[in-house]
Amino acid sequence: MLCKRIIPCLDIKDGRTVKGTNFVNLRDAGDPVELGALYAQQGADELVFLDITATVEKRKTLRELVNRIAHHINIPFTVGGGISSVDDVSALLQNGADKISVNTAAFKNPQLIQELSKEFGSQCVVLAIDTRKEEDGEWYVYLNGGRTKTEARCVDWAKQAVDLGAGEILLTSMNHDGTKAGFALDITRTLATQLPVPVIASGGGGTMEHFVDVFEQAQADAALAASIFHFKEIAIPDLKGYLQGKNINIRPV
Amino acid sequence: MEDLVIIKYNAGNIQSVLYALERIGVNALVTDDYEKIQSAKKVIFPGVGEASSAMRYLKEHKLDTLIKDLKQPVFGICLGMQLMCAYSEENDTTCLGIFDEHVKKFIPSAGADFKVPQIGWNNIFNLKSELYKDVPENSFCYFVHGYYAALGEHTIGTADYIQPYSASLHKGNFYGAQFHPEKSAKAGEQILKNFLSL
Repeated sequence: MLCKRIIPCLDIKDGRTVKGTNFVNLRDAGDPVELGALYAQQGADELVFLDITATVEKRKTLRELVNRIAHHINIPFTVGGGISSVDDVSALLQNGADKISVNTAAFKNPQLIQELSKEFGSQCVVLAIDTRKEEDGEWYVYLNGGRTKTEARCVDWAKQAVDLGAGEILLTSMNHDGTKAGFALDITRTLATQLPVPVIASGGGGTMEHFVDVFEQAQADAALAASIFHFKEIAIPDLKGYLQGKNINIRPV
Repeated sequence: MEDLVIIKYNAGNIQSVLYALERIGVNALVTDDYEKIQSAKKVIFPGVGEASSAMRYLKEHKLDTLIKDLKQPVFGICLGMQLMCAYSEENDTTCLGIFDEHVKKFIPSAGADFKVPQIGWNNIFNLKSELYKDVPENSFCYFVHGYYAALGEHTIGTADYIQPYSASLHKGNFYGAQFHPEKSAKAGEQILKNFLSL
């Protein structure tokens, strides 16, 4: 039986792992190579690496760092941040990434998703969406690391992206990110039940019960978290044991 | 003579395979050179991508007949294993025909229970080959695929997604895995070591 995935995320700025709240107030969380290796060893099902300053500062993802992490982990490795072309992706795959995630560049040029999925296969192309629920009750797409609002509804963009060839959706709720108050169950459930591809829920995981909720109520295929793992508030083996106790399909550590 | 070569073609996650081999202390040569592949002690045929374009590339580079005629242990991974089958429904592609099994498309069930492609960790069972020495039944391995090889006489490992299918195939000197041993943590490392000890 296919398992639900637990995915630690390394947000990288200037070569260090950082973590903020609602996308701001970044603080240092350690060496990404050490953290990546530790998580793989502890039973993480996948590792996501997001170069969170790449788009804003027009830098390319830190390929060398990707390469160092890839050498140390024996689990799938997704890399995102500042990817805007087939060449960018080729370079990352050459450095040991298994999948890539696109966000702002794909929204501005949806054709990019089609080009990437044709060249590398849909399984390689993760669409990351940063979304915020506004006062009108709708979830909108934000770009540039949450700095720029668009008028696009999250669900519409996700469907369009899947039609273009995105193989997975990494959905981050800006309302929940870093709050440790639980995942955004409503929008996660909407996407997870309406899309034919896996949905990775991100933002808000703070207790082990939150993971039960996002898998059972929201039917997420995977759950991503950062600070609770980085700051050792929840250890991956403990989380996996807890979820197994709740009869959720989890790969044992 | 090279101990281990990885076939270089247009459908690769070759870097991940190289790094996984490095972690178990093995260096491999990545090449599309006919002589070097033919004379290697062992050959890994990796692959992530689409079947028809991969087959076209293999034919253009005369790698199709080369692979079929190899006598040393050959390990096809993911698309590599599917290309070693007789036929793939992916763009109606005639494949290498090493294994008789056919490759079919996963048809999603009603509702959101099964998504296609399958992405993630699934258990492998009914393991019967030296490739799975010291690999426990129901070990979890990492799969990413939208097409699957049906069960058949060459099946040496089964997985279940929508229905049971071939997680692994074996015939003579040819081995295949639908999952990615290079990304399957300890179980995957053991399988790679076993292949290297064949």
